[in-house]
Amino acid sequence: MSNKRLVSFFSLTAAASMLLAACGQAAPTAAPTAPTAAPAKPTEAAKPAATAVPAQPTAAPKPAGKRGAGDTVRILYWQAPTILNAHLAAGTKDFDAARLILEPLAGIGAEGVPVPALAAEIPTVANGGVSKDLTTVTWKLRKDVKWSDGTPFTADDVVFTYTYCADAATACATASSFAGIKSVEAVDPSTVKVTFATPTTNPYRIFVSTQGYILQKKQFGACIGAKASTDSACQAANNAPIGTGPYKLKDFKSGDTVLYSINDMYRDPDKPFFKEVLFKGGGDATSAARAAFQTGDTDYAWNLQVEWAVLDQLAKTGGKAVLVNTPGANVERIMFQAADISPEAGDKRGEPDTKHPFFQDKKVRQALAMAIDRKTMAEQLYGQTGDPTCELITTDPFISPSKVYGGIRKCEPDIEGAKKLLDEAGWKPGADGIRVKDGKKLKVTFNTSTNTLRQKEQALVKDAWAAIGVDTELKNVSATVFFSTDAANNDTTGKFFNDVQMYTNNYSQPDPTDYLCDFTTAQISAKANAWRGPNNIRYSNPDYDKLCTALRSESDDAKRKDIVLKMNDLLITDAFVVPLISRKRVSAIAKDLKGVKGTPWDSEMWDIADWSK
Amino acid sequence: MATYFLRKVLYAIPSLLGISFIIFAILSLAPGDPLAEFGANPEVPAEVRENIKKSLGLDQPWPVRYVKWLGTLSQGEFGFSFAARRPVTDLLSQRLPQTLMVVGVAYIIALLIAIPVGVLSAARPNSAASHIVSLITMVGISLPTFLTGLILILVFSVELGILPMIYDTNIKLDSLDGWGKQIKQSLMPIAVLALFNAGAMTRFVRSAMLENLPADYVRTARAKGLSEWSVIIKHALRNSLIPVVTLIAINLPGVFTGAIITEQIFRVNGIGELLVTSVQKSDTPVVMAIVFIYAVLVVASQLVADVVYGVLDPRIKFA
Repeated sequence: MSNKRLVSFFSLTAAASMLLAACGQAAPTAAPTAPTAAPAKPTEAAKPAATAVPAQPTAAPKPAGKRGAGDTVRILYWQAPTILNAHLAAGTKDFDAARLILEPLAGIGAEGVPVPALAAEIPTVANGGVSKDLTTVTWKLRKDVKWSDGTPFTADDVVFTYTYCADAATACATASSFAGIKSVEAVDPSTVKVTFATPTTNPYRIFVSTQGYILQKKQFGACIGAKASTDSACQAANNAPIGTGPYKLKDFKSGDTVLYSINDMYRDPDKPFFKEVLFKGGGDATSAARAAFQTGDTDYAWNLQVEWAVLDQLAKTGGKAVLVNTPGANVERIMFQAADISPEAGDKRGEPDTKHPFFQDKKVRQALAMAIDRKTMAEQLYGQTGDPTCELITTDPFISPSKVYGGIRKCEPDIEGAKKLLDEAGWKPGADGIRVKDGKKLKVTFNTSTNTLRQKEQALVKDAWAAIGVDTELKNVSATVFFSTDAANNDTTGKFFNDVQMYTNNYSQPDPTDYLCDFTTAQISAKANAWRGPNNIRYSNPDYDKLCTALRSESDDAKRKDIVLKMNDLLITDAFVVPLISRKRVSAIAKDLKGVKGTPWDSEMWDIADWSK
Repeated sequence: MATYFLRKVLYAIPSLLGISFIIFAILSLAPGDPLAEFGANPEVPAEVRENIKKSLGLDQPWPVRYVKWLGTLSQGEFGFSFAARRPVTDLLSQRLPQTLMVVGVAYIIALLIAIPVGVLSAARPNSAASHIVSLITMVGISLPTFLTGLILILVFSVELGILPMIYDTNIKLDSLDGWGKQIKQSLMPIAVLALFNAGAMTRFVRSAMLENLPADYVRTARAKGLSEWSVIIKHALRNSLIPVVTLIAINLPGVFTGAIITEQIFRVNGIGELLVTSVQKSDTPVVMAIVFIYAVLVVASQLVADVVYGVLDPRIKFA
């Protein structure tokens, strides 16, 4: 009896351990889930005197087939769309899912130039569309556009969209693009005149790209105000909007899939190519990559925030898709706190009039910035999905993306130089190697969101700083906490009761005026505004503030570029913000899917009418 | 017996209220922001987010919101989801069919596997079959579903390419082709869940049988000359099934939310997946609705288990 038991026991253990060993290589790495800043603020100031834009909607070659010649194209997001009225969106996925149905007056292509969608042409100062005093923009609309229910698209719909979101009670997520507008009026059924409250150097900040989808007045007319979300008819409209885009809604399962069929009223009779679109959401980024590369279960996998080692392997071994990286304005950066956030400061903790014990010293900031090896970080952790960057502004026409590292300025790691700076600043290495001054150790708390990629970046930075004698305490909090506006939580980006924090931010339209002006004194985050100010580093530089004022009123392109570069330079040399990696939009596209042109300035679905196989 | 059940139901009401209060308090006090997706998106600055939160009623203190939630509940509604801006019941009714189709079917299959296998391994305690069964059930219980799910995906989707790894909820079940596709895409998630559940249940059936097989009445049945089949199935199994049936009844609410990981791996839009994503997004109304329904189901299933036990075992009387 005991022999038998021994045999069965060993056979059990042997089999079990064989199984577990086979499973060893199957363990997936957790997909980083950092919510990158998707489209950033539609700031003031793009170039009003934009060069002549192409007349046709896109420059892509016409698809080989006719409308409906293709089957179903499958799109996979690892966050599922939950609502199709983009103005009440809860995330980028909702803007993208809605873009197949709803359209803005114009999109923005990779070159940073607006491309007409519902507009007949792009208004500029040259063609008279933008008034010389920069207070009005007149959009000429296409006359041949119909909504998918057959009714004509008119200027009334555009005016209505403004009224809808201008009402604070509607609580549009796109509200900031509709702010600062004096009026929007329909001059005639195909002309809309927008009047800004103050002269604006960016006339394209309303009704363009992801923030400017036009809603049908007939469908949403009764939905202004709180009713937009609570009234059942409006809820139905939110989940089945009528649009002018290439597709119309066939079926929507919130939080799961959206099924689209061709909009027969679409203005281009040869498009779209695919009969149906299946937009699926859910799961995680790694399995989405697998579905695109290895099994071919999807044609388009969005935002593959997967560790480079894993992504590279999947892309190389799976042959069914191509990895597409679109450079843009996303910059992963480290930020130093300028205010005193020590608990001893009591009520004044983190207030803009306090001074951080050592980050007020420029030498300390520059030393810490100097020690970081961006190139190694980019190569090891990001691969093709990110480049090292020394600049905060990373796009044309200000800086060519290829020149953000080793271009205008060099930012190679310089450990000896960093040590020298710290010595000069009076910080001498103590017995344990950590620098000390006046009895205080050079110790920092470094916070970021919970995400394996970010934790690896933190580890690299910690090592670099240890080499120059700085003690780093690494912290991380869940992304939903890190990016929340909870005034009671000390670890949010806004409250920033830490010495150092790291995340990705960007500007969403080619002109970065609002983005740069977010670092002015007026935007400082403090108790008075419940730490909601975008300037969470409490940066206050009168020269910088003056540059912002100049930028807001300057309309000459060459002078604007000059000011933007000056502001970028000031931020970099002041070293409160340390850019690390210029992150690209990463998607996997099936090998046989053609016509996809990525742009950092618009939704990834902006050109779906042009896709074909 | 009627008073017994009436008493149980009346006792259940305060505990359900207590459960809902605790969950609401935890969700409200925990850090997290339904609009955190826009956190690093400068196009949606903090003022806009605060305005949206105000429109969702999140600027009020949580006890006030709890009372409002109770008020809505008393009218038979669960409020509306922050992310989808539509009634929670809509979301649940959209997902219930998938949950039942995948998780429910997996549960039934697990039962269909567990009972015969458990009986077999109890009837032939030291045979090779029994040992193999023990091995498989141990593997089934110890390997977590995300691991078995991933293994199945790697084998059947990546290497062999015969099964799809993404669940398509839009397949129309009106043709043989449609049914074929539905079966193909359900095979892997159901297999993962069935293996996991069958493991535990087989052992339970086996131990219940092992308790009954040495009993006197079984010996008497054998002595009477009844066939082995009759002895095991008609006599021993019937009595062994009593605890098994109550176990099934108690585990039934788990079908409602119990396949969280499997649903996420295979992208099945079940209620478990809704629960997890809502917790991550701090979509409180949805979480409250699911948890509350789950609590009600647990209470109800306890009652059902009591009834079934009383019906099956005539020795039980309800006091």
